Amino acid sequence: MILIQNLVFHYPRSTFTLRVPELVVTAGEKVALAGPSGCGKTTLLHLLAGILLPDEGTILVVDTEPPALSDAARRAFRIATLGLVFQDFQLLEYLDVFENILLPYRINPALRLTLAVRARALQLARETGIDHRLTHRPGRLSQGEKQRTALCRALLTQPRCLLADEPTGNLDSAAKTRVLEVLFEQCARARATLLMVTHDTGLLGRFDRAIHLAEVSR
Amino acid sequence: MKQVLFLAWQSLRFNRLQSVILVFGLAVTLYLPLAVNGLVGRYQAGLLQRAATTPLVAGALGSRFDLVLHALYFRGRVPRLLKMADVEALRDTGYAQPIPLYARYTARREPIVGTTLDYFTFRQLRLARGEQLLELGDCVLGAEVAADLNLAPGDRLMTDPENVFDIAGSYPVNLRVMGVLAPARAPDDGAVFVDLKTTWLIQGLAHGHSDITGTNADAGVVLNRSATNVTANAALAEFTEVTATNITSFHFHGDPADFPVSAVLPVARDEKSAALLRGRYQGPEATIQILAARSVVEELLGLVFRVKRFFDVNAVLVAAATGLFLLLVVVLSLRLRRPEMETMFRLGCARGLMARLVAAELGAILLVSAALALIGTEITLALVSLW
Repeated sequence: MILIQNLVFHYPRSTFTLRVPELVVTAGEKVALAGPSGCGKTTLLHLLAGILLPDEGTILVVDTEPPALSDAARRAFRIATLGLVFQDFQLLEYLDVFENILLPYRINPALRLTLAVRARALQLARETGIDHRLTHRPGRLSQGEKQRTALCRALLTQPRCLLADEPTGNLDSAAKTRVLEVLFEQCARARATLLMVTHDTGLLGRFDRAIHLAEVSR
Repeated sequence: MKQVLFLAWQSLRFNRLQSVILVFGLAVTLYLPLAVNGLVGRYQAGLLQRAATTPLVAGALGSRFDLVLHALYFRGRVPRLLKMADVEALRDTGYAQPIPLYARYTARREPIVGTTLDYFTFRQLRLARGEQLLELGDCVLGAEVAADLNLAPGDRLMTDPENVFDIAGSYPVNLRVMGVLAPARAPDDGAVFVDLKTTWLIQGLAHGHSDITGTNADAGVVLNRSATNVTANAALAEFTEVTATNITSFHFHGDPADFPVSAVLPVARDEKSAALLRGRYQGPEATIQILAARSVVEELLGLVFRVKRFFDVNAVLVAAATGLFLLLVVVLSLRLRRPEMETMFRLGCARGLMARLVAAELGAILLVSAALALIGTEITLALVSLW
């Protein structure tokens, strides 16, 4: 579950301040986070992931308070508990699809890249329909394929909470539908909590509920 | 570390063109000073080794560098000449056995070294093929000369005229190749050895021609005949090669004590004899200089190293400039790769691991560059020693 109370955050040398008095997402829930540009949706995801630290308030993600952890512990928490999906995919162009999926295991000494992990990566690729592109580099993939690769990377560590920042923002409607289906399917299978930022009001109905950040942070 | 190396390798492989350009740029920068140092080192070792095996060099007064380069390496200007009487005077001191050298002429541009058989013993030169010098007009070839000119025992080798415009000068002599020396990895490999008398023959101090003293001699070549003397005109043909049938007709004109040599290697009996011999020829009235070859070569190398220091400073400046360029490349590369680094950080990668990744890529490039530079240097040195 996710719990936020009395959160205050502002960037240095900026007039923007994010205030969230209270926000609760229960375990396994699929929640859309909507709101106008600049209202702090991405900032909120970064705060939840421990990439940014709040000025005030409490953040609890899967029974852990990321701001209270050390840098190393926050990184370990992020990699072990959270799955992150970005709008611009953020794949490494020098790695092929399979290696991009395995990336969390390459960059975290705490994670061991075993045969079981490789098998799981292959299984995820199969389930998301990207298995025929495993040896291709990102430069040769369509936008939808890139996002499905990023999704596999986020799910490989079997996160209990998935934070997705407009993962369908750069996709056409067919790819958007496919990615969303995969996202929901995988979250349901892993019983993971999903908090997804979206501008697309047409998608809001497909979530358990939608949170309008502008309203929450008022 | 294994994972870091894997990612570094993947990145370098993906950016292979940039990596190859960097590697070659660095390899060339490293190769140049390495190769120059290696070559100078070998040159120095070769020069010093030759000098170490030739403690003393004697010659006429003049440039000590010319004399040592001439006597040890058969290169450079021919120093002022000594007379055989000087050689005998050296022998008469009783301190050393003088080995005369007369290296003034060439055969197909290779230096001809006139000497005695003692030289071969002194330099521990041994024959690979054929026989030693037996008669006037014989020669023994250094290994490189034999290979370069494709000559073997039994072949002939014509000496080069000293001056093609001087028709009254010495005639080329067609030498008979008697033997080929085993490679000595020394200047002896590049020389044509003849007996001292053969060098005087090349100079024209000796010659051979048909008998004009007999009554059946060609009357057209005899200008004047008396009871004690026969004078021939220019139509009298001189022999240009020594054969079994004409060897008896060769004869010398003049006093052998006046015959020239260009240098002498005095082989002293011991260090004390060497010191006494040098002392004897150090006065202001001395007409001969006796030099310690090693100290002259070291003095010469001092000049070479002064030039080399300039190259060393140059290499340091080039290395510094290359280092700055490399730094610029790394900084620009990091700027280009900021999104990649950001992604890795967001996924939970430690900043230290990212630094290790960049360091591994840079290290791999430096390592390959250094390896290439070392291999290139070794190949260059091997090629130079073959050449």
